[in-house]
Amino acid sequence: MNTILSGRDSWVLISLLLLTLLSLIIALSVGSTGFNWPTDEAGRRIVLELRLPRAIAALVTGGLLALAGALMQVLLRNPLADPYVLGVSGGASAFVLAGMLLGIAWLPTGVFAFIGALVSMAIVFLLGRGPGPWSSLRVLLTGVVIAAGWGAMITLMLALGPDRSLRGMLYWLMGDLSYARLSSWWLLVLAAFTALLALRGRSLNILAAGETQAQLLGETTQRRYLELYLTASLLTALAVSIAGTIGFVGLIVPHLLRLIIGADHRILLPASALFGGTFLLLADTLARTVLSPRQLPVGVLTAIIGVVLFLLLLYRSGKTAR
Amino acid sequence: MNAGMNSHKNHGNDARLRVEALDVSIGNVRVVNDLNLEFGPGQSWGVLGPNGVGKTTLLLTMAGVRPANRGRIWLDQQLLTALPRKSIAQRLGMLTQNTRFAFDARCIEIALSGRHPHLSAWARETETDRSLARAALKQVDLAAMQDRSCFALSGGEQRRLALAIVLAQNPDVMLLDEPTNHLDPAHQVDILNQLWTRIQTSDKTQIIALHDINLATCYCTHVLMLFGDGQWQAGPTETLLNAAQLSRLFGCRIRAVRDDNQTVFAIAGKE
Repeated sequence: MNTILSGRDSWVLISLLLLTLLSLIIALSVGSTGFNWPTDEAGRRIVLELRLPRAIAALVTGGLLALAGALMQVLLRNPLADPYVLGVSGGASAFVLAGMLLGIAWLPTGVFAFIGALVSMAIVFLLGRGPGPWSSLRVLLTGVVIAAGWGAMITLMLALGPDRSLRGMLYWLMGDLSYARLSSWWLLVLAAFTALLALRGRSLNILAAGETQAQLLGETTQRRYLELYLTASLLTALAVSIAGTIGFVGLIVPHLLRLIIGADHRILLPASALFGGTFLLLADTLARTVLSPRQLPVGVLTAIIGVVLFLLLLYRSGKTAR
Repeated sequence: MNAGMNSHKNHGNDARLRVEALDVSIGNVRVVNDLNLEFGPGQSWGVLGPNGVGKTTLLLTMAGVRPANRGRIWLDQQLLTALPRKSIAQRLGMLTQNTRFAFDARCIEIALSGRHPHLSAWARETETDRSLARAALKQVDLAAMQDRSCFALSGGEQRRLALAIVLAQNPDVMLLDEPTNHLDPAHQVDILNQLWTRIQTSDKTQIIALHDINLATCYCTHVLMLFGDGQWQAGPTETLLNAAQLSRLFGCRIRAVRDDNQTVFAIAGKE
């Protein structure tokens, strides 16, 4: 009998799920007043109306970013690719800042971010694809250059912008969950994306072997690459519109999990979604408590953790490679 | 050793792969002009020619991975360009010249990827698929390595692992681009023996790009010689492989040396 998951894979997912629940309990019970589980009505309201929606936002954003990262890594055939490397965050940021600068208040920033991310990815895809076969290197280089272009525009807007909106802009650029609130239904959206992608995991494994090899093993590669790119873009755009540009989750989480559970995407994708969410939730809990009552933008924390982890992994892989 | 036994098997419609008026070129290099050939069951074809003449390009074209300039390719009497990739991959497999593994995986998982075209999109591999993958690893002498990481293999071992993928795929038509690259003599012979047995016992078809003429005399029933400028010549190994032809093909003097067992072609060096 064929089951969707092997025995080992189920155990991996169950342990990750327990880890997610544990971190959710921690996130809900830790506040500016220290570790406490609510006993009265006011405390319950804080947990249900403030901490829970923010925790859900962290779980969903982290999960989306980690999924997008895993997909981008297949697309670029590079275990060190990241959804933001391709200029996604740049486009989102530039659009959001432009919105703030032009004083368009009737549209939420999330909408600007979403549109900006999609515009940027359309540009990268159309220019980076070019004529001829899919070249991950050309797409990657186009993304890097477009990202640099957005960076210049962002700096320009920060320089031109009024001082009073500067702080809001900077927090958004660093990635911040302070104002992010999501209903629990979003967990189902994330779960649906994850399940759909994981079910096509065998195809992703084949695509990761390179275009010619994937064709020879029966994949219609051009169509698959387009699907992959669009999905990864959509996931990233959603994440950016929830929490601004949070770096390194999409890079570190799939990479770390690959070292532990292997590169089979049927298990790697659900594991990434779970662990990405958990990672961001814990980082956000830390971000809002470590300097309490001040709140740090969580993007700063993930970047610090990410940079250290990344360098460690790189150093390690350099040592074990032969 | 085994040359030219099945030359009469390729009448009309039992050809597994057929090319018709095929023109292939890459950049400014004309690989073949007006190639008309049938590759039948039980046949092992060697593609011979000097470096850069386009052996790889021709194989990739016949695998349907790159377009031909003109002409048609038929797989089991069906037009290759009209078939979905998956349907092609169920019947035609190819070992490419370079296989690079981007992500870490165990050898058994890599070999299992050969089963991909035979499985429906959402299904998992069955125990049958696993045993086929294990058998493929055994054929390429990597059985002991099945739980090793593909990154921990030597060049020759990686080559054999790539071959295990195609063996697990078990296609009717197998295209092999220099399968013996990076292999020591014992493994070269071992693997070509296995491939030869596979052709003979199950009436499969294989087309091998080879550098070593002597391996071609041992393991090919037919040869296709690519002379450059689109010129080609094809036929049974016994009639086509001789010192004069080979000297012309490679542009240097090649001598046939005979003893009681076999004929060996040797590079004669400068005159």
